[in-house]
Amino acid sequence: MKKFILLTACLILPALTCAQTAEEKGLFIAIEADKHDTGWKDQSSNLRMTLHNRQGQESFREMHNQALEVEGDGDKTLIVFDLPQDVKGTAFLSFTHATRPDDQWLFLPALKRVKRISSSNKSGPFMGSEFAYEDISSQEIDKYTYKYLKDDTIDGNDTFVIERFPQYENSGYTRQIVWLDKIKYQPLKIDFYDRKNSLLKTLSYHDYKQYLDKFWRPGKMQMTNNQNGKSTTLIWKDYKFNNNFNDRDFDNNSLQRAR
Amino acid sequence: MNFIKQKFSHSLSACLYLQALTFIIPLTAHAELSGYLVTELRYFSSGPLDSRQQENNVSFALEPEYFYQSDNTQSLTFKLFARYDQHDNERSHADIRELMWIKAADQWELRAGIGKVFWGVAESQHLVDIINQSDAVENMDLEEKLGQPMIDLSLIGQYGTFDIFVLPYFRERTFAGSKGRPRAIPYVDTDHVFYQSDKQNRHIDYAARWYKSINEWDLGLSYFNGTSRDPRLVAANNNSGETVLQPHYDLITQTGLDIQGTFDAWLWKLEVIHRSGVTPAYTAMTGGFEYSFYDIRHTGADLGVLLEYMYDNRALNSPGPFQNDILLGLRYTLNDTQSTEFLLGQIIDRHTHASSFNLEASRRMASNIKLNLEAHYFTRPDTSDPAYVYRDDDYIQAELVYYF
Repeated sequence: MKKFILLTACLILPALTCAQTAEEKGLFIAIEADKHDTGWKDQSSNLRMTLHNRQGQESFREMHNQALEVEGDGDKTLIVFDLPQDVKGTAFLSFTHATRPDDQWLFLPALKRVKRISSSNKSGPFMGSEFAYEDISSQEIDKYTYKYLKDDTIDGNDTFVIERFPQYENSGYTRQIVWLDKIKYQPLKIDFYDRKNSLLKTLSYHDYKQYLDKFWRPGKMQMTNNQNGKSTTLIWKDYKFNNNFNDRDFDNNSLQRAR
Repeated sequence: MNFIKQKFSHSLSACLYLQALTFIIPLTAHAELSGYLVTELRYFSSGPLDSRQQENNVSFALEPEYFYQSDNTQSLTFKLFARYDQHDNERSHADIRELMWIKAADQWELRAGIGKVFWGVAESQHLVDIINQSDAVENMDLEEKLGQPMIDLSLIGQYGTFDIFVLPYFRERTFAGSKGRPRAIPYVDTDHVFYQSDKQNRHIDYAARWYKSINEWDLGLSYFNGTSRDPRLVAANNNSGETVLQPHYDLITQTGLDIQGTFDAWLWKLEVIHRSGVTPAYTAMTGGFEYSFYDIRHTGADLGVLLEYMYDNRALNSPGPFQNDILLGLRYTLNDTQSTEFLLGQIIDRHTHASSFNLEASRRMASNIKLNLEAHYFTRPDTSDPAYVYRDDDYIQAELVYYF
């Protein structure tokens, strides 16, 4: 009963003033971050990826995305590839779920074929980049357990430092350390530790902008692989909200029409 | 659907003014021209069975595409295809692959014009897929299709998607000419084509399909009534007294079922058709699985293992090659920057033990250049096997594709 009162109090009061275990505090920060990013309904954006190899050579990917927030479950996402040109028009539809595997379909324009694909590839590279599929999928609270580590500052921004442990199958990581901005409740940096618990990759977030007076979105993300020396830069452009998307914009027919 | 890039720029005030004018409809008018040019080389390892055929072949193809979207509910696509072949006059050909207007609404979509539709889930053969005719001079796998004139109404709701097709014009299958290779022996003479229907290629065909995805399951039920896309090939003498094969197109009714169950890294697949109108009526199926090993040893590479069984209840009376056959396949995807991929397939006839190997590989050489390699190898063909005529047609093909 005491625990219940304490938890309730923690939910009502600003989460961080309560005496808590590091695990509880970590979870509360994750819940708070989720609340800060709830209610955006839908969004669309354009994305340019630059892949850098160790020799300094670059290759490019371009895609445009649209997403629909689903209450009580994960989001729906549609990604259409624009570059490289051999995959132009290829479209990827994903229904994220909090508790069961995601539903995913791929549209191959040359064959006009929709393929239902397995979503159990979590750790493999997305489009040959340093981003794994699990890095770009929607972040649901239940996907991890959490532990608050400390407070820190990054470039003058106060952050919570939280350790989180993937609870879904086939993750390439044992743990991640997240530097979460105390004002924006958005990550500024994430360290990814591989299955052997050595530092694999570091992701940094830049140029955040606020939309609809509430939602923060990064303009740039930089993923550096500390083991192979490769890196990938993401530049996000043309964020748009209030597109009036509904389920029809995320079905088999709209996947085939996507351009 | 206003995620489409606005390729024109305008001032913020003008944008706000126009947005106010159009209220909810976003400014998404958008047009683009794209396509590819491909150079193809084929090398045959043995001399031809027919002296009119050659050992090497060069060919070029072009596929430009124009796309226009007036707003987020309407679009027009115009895609042309043309090939020039060094030796085969039949393979030098052009086609309107797509000239399609699409109108989308909340509960329905209408497609009218010329286009392509794919149904099904299997890899070894596409039994259920019946709307489009194969452009068989393009590739032996019959996966290249000719543009099909159609009106397609999609009804979309909680019940899934229900499509009704009216197909007002029939496309004859293309076949390699006398100088073409690989090809059947004797060759198929497309100058003399026979139809069961008096209306010939003007016979109006109808089709319908219901599709729904329920959690791990993707289900399709389909119906087709009209001119068969698969001709019966009948040996006859042509005007010059040479024995040739002549295509006969029957009127058929086909019902089809396609199911895929997706469980973690397993894809379970089944396609079944029943076709009547031909003698005898028959049932055919393809069933199997694909299992993938992802991110092997943290290299990022994937290995997929495919096994499919093909069955036709006409057994050896079946005119097709797959009555009691097994496909074994390996799909190796490096997931590297160049998107390097390999697909190795072996099809084994369980009755004659004849088998054929296919290897496909591709790699991006530059942002807009891709290299595709294909090898086809036929082993131990039995004289009773439909693939016997291809016994000397092993070949390697290289394609260099330039995208614009």
